[in-house]
Amino acid sequence: MTFTQEEKRQIIKEVLEAYPEKSRKKREKHLNITEEGKSDCGVKSNIKSVPGVMTTRGCAFAGAKGVVWGPVKDMIHLSHGPIGCGYYSWAGRRNYYIGTTGIDTFGTMQFTSDYQERDIVFGGDKKLAKVIDEMETLFPLSQGITIESECPVGLIGDDIEAVAKKKAKEIGKSVVPVRCEGFRGVSQSLGHHIANDTVRDWVFAKSDKVPDEELGFTPSPYDVSVIGDYNIGGDAWSSRILLEEIGLRVIAQFSGDGTLNEVKLSHRAKLNLIHCYRSMNYLCRHMEEKYGIPWLEYNFFGPTYIAKSLRTIAARFDETIQAKAEEVIAKYQAQADAVIAKYRPRLEGKRVLLMVGGLRPRHVIPAFRDLGMEVIGTGYEFGHNDDYKLTTEYTDPGTVIYDDVTAYEFEEFARKLKPDLIASGIKEKYVFQKMALPFRQMHSWDYSGPYHGYDGFAIFARDMDLALNSPTWGLVNTPWKTV
Amino acid sequence: MTDKIRQIAFYGKGGIGKSTTSQNAIAGMAEQGQRVMIVGCDPKADSTRLMLHSKAQTTILHLAAERGSVEDLELSEVLLTGYRGVKCVESGGPEPGVGCAGRGIITAINFLEENGAYEDIDFVSYDVLGDVVCGGFAMPIREGKAQEIYIVVSGEMMAMYAANNIARGVLKYAHSGGVRLGGLICNSRKVDREVELIETLAKRLNTQMIHFVPRDNIVQHAELRRMTVIEYAPDSQQAEEYRQLARKIIENKNLTVPTPISMDELEELLVEYGILGGEQEYQKAIAQDQGKQLVNV
Repeated sequence: MTFTQEEKRQIIKEVLEAYPEKSRKKREKHLNITEEGKSDCGVKSNIKSVPGVMTTRGCAFAGAKGVVWGPVKDMIHLSHGPIGCGYYSWAGRRNYYIGTTGIDTFGTMQFTSDYQERDIVFGGDKKLAKVIDEMETLFPLSQGITIESECPVGLIGDDIEAVAKKKAKEIGKSVVPVRCEGFRGVSQSLGHHIANDTVRDWVFAKSDKVPDEELGFTPSPYDVSVIGDYNIGGDAWSSRILLEEIGLRVIAQFSGDGTLNEVKLSHRAKLNLIHCYRSMNYLCRHMEEKYGIPWLEYNFFGPTYIAKSLRTIAARFDETIQAKAEEVIAKYQAQADAVIAKYRPRLEGKRVLLMVGGLRPRHVIPAFRDLGMEVIGTGYEFGHNDDYKLTTEYTDPGTVIYDDVTAYEFEEFARKLKPDLIASGIKEKYVFQKMALPFRQMHSWDYSGPYHGYDGFAIFARDMDLALNSPTWGLVNTPWKTV
Repeated sequence: MTDKIRQIAFYGKGGIGKSTTSQNAIAGMAEQGQRVMIVGCDPKADSTRLMLHSKAQTTILHLAAERGSVEDLELSEVLLTGYRGVKCVESGGPEPGVGCAGRGIITAINFLEENGAYEDIDFVSYDVLGDVVCGGFAMPIREGKAQEIYIVVSGEMMAMYAANNIARGVLKYAHSGGVRLGGLICNSRKVDREVELIETLAKRLNTQMIHFVPRDNIVQHAELRRMTVIEYAPDSQQAEEYRQLARKIIENKNLTVPTPISMDELEELLVEYGILGGEQEYQKAIAQDQGKQLVNV
């Protein structure tokens, strides 16, 4: 089923009708249809959600701990405050890593200072110091500590910076205070920024004075850092092998499956390759300004864009790298063609509504396209203006754009636009599956993955086929139709 | 909690003499046969010293911090009996500059309620620190807590600002919790026309000046001995003043929803009574200063 531009505008109008006037005026600025030749999606973004709606957004704590710092595997990330934020952010993302958990890596463990009433009334700095001592005793191989502060810490004004400085000196490791109280900002996005700033101020500010040798590092002309790939289901690994195959040396994975040492190495690269622009562009810009390291956003979803990105990356290096890039693209072409030959006939023409977080609302579109599928609507949970500009490279004219889409709007768009597949997160999944709509999680890859790189594309194609062509859907009865 | 208990609270600008005035009034109330409990809601914990003849009693929060939490406390450890059987308890709180004193008050009052401190008494009196800077310090005027607020004030500008702000706090909770303003207690600073001024302010706030407490050095003499004037010099004129205040509070039926005034109105009032200069004086002074600066250059 296809709709004209006019029909789509009418659908947006109808969806908005349910709102009271004040909310409607606010929300209508976040919904639009992309137009030919425009360099922007034409929606407002990064604004406070309308009270009373169901939004999928998280908070600054989620952005700092869950996204940016959390995957640095050999550090302990402390949820500083009452127990809830820590408990519910415990191993919430599938940041795969290699290591022995509890010995030299701590990714799936949860550390919290478990604030009590006493800590609120009398302040929690003493407890924080004690917790750090205990962590140091129990886990001496940790390389450092980050302190992610929860809301009450900011409210009562604990001086976590002072504790961090004192303890860093005592234990001789990095202790990074991260002021990511959840009430700050409109979404998790500010948490990314805050976390980026702490890397700049509490890690780079010292590490850029450390000589290469001390970090066990010998520079080469082909050094790159992979920034903002959080290794969901092993994504960074299936990306890294391609970069290495074309002759580059990945000196840092920051932060998926990365170490603190890699964080310290990241500003020694010749080029920074950024995967999730939204959450880590701040550091890339800083490294560009301070250390003169250029950066570029790449996209390893689907063979078309993998080839395109490999060529763009290779163009920043010499001819050997460029030649190798061509070899690698040619080498994987047969594999990619086979995947497409197998799945495209089963997926051709299927229409997708997409809604995710940082980069996927644009980056996965080419992977769907490689399979003959069409993304008819997309939007970001917490994107900014620049994301919506970057999106126009990927979308067809006439794509429905919804920023910070509310649960109600998303459901209504699904009813009216009648997509074949919804690709979004866990909060949306069961709503749409109960509407008998095929669904894939695009945050966690539905516990599958990786989806990056050529290897990931094969899994992606299989998973989309599983979702769309599962015989389950034929077995679902609609009770009201039989009554 | 029985309906018979009257819960009152003393608010006012810091340093105005809340603790002294309230303890003296309560001594008077006790003398007149009332059973009173004082709940000090100030981290300084100085709301009960004149009753207990001590520097500061052990506070709920101090002991809770030592033990781990308030659940580890017994009421008898923190509820002491002072002059004429007045029950005394202090919430306590953190040292200046750390933690959250407001949350401390909430914790302490919840502890008192849960442990039956509010039994066999006629009056509960909350003594709250300076300004109502956050929700915690408004705890005593929220639902189910103090129903009568007495604002200690003087004819000084900042004291009146504070009084008006407190009236705004009372108004905020008047509709949800039923708290009422019982009156202004003028603790004299010997400002010109002070009685008239405070009576006018009271009228504007839709309340009364319940009593004018004159300034007398005997208050300081008693305080030095950690006693109320009623205990230290029962036959003095000042003791009689406090007895009158006590009687007026006991008999007070004039409980109102306050009508706080705007900052402009308050300033006008102060100008009217010569405490602040008017716009003309302001311009004149500024012009004078500028003249001086020119000379200096």
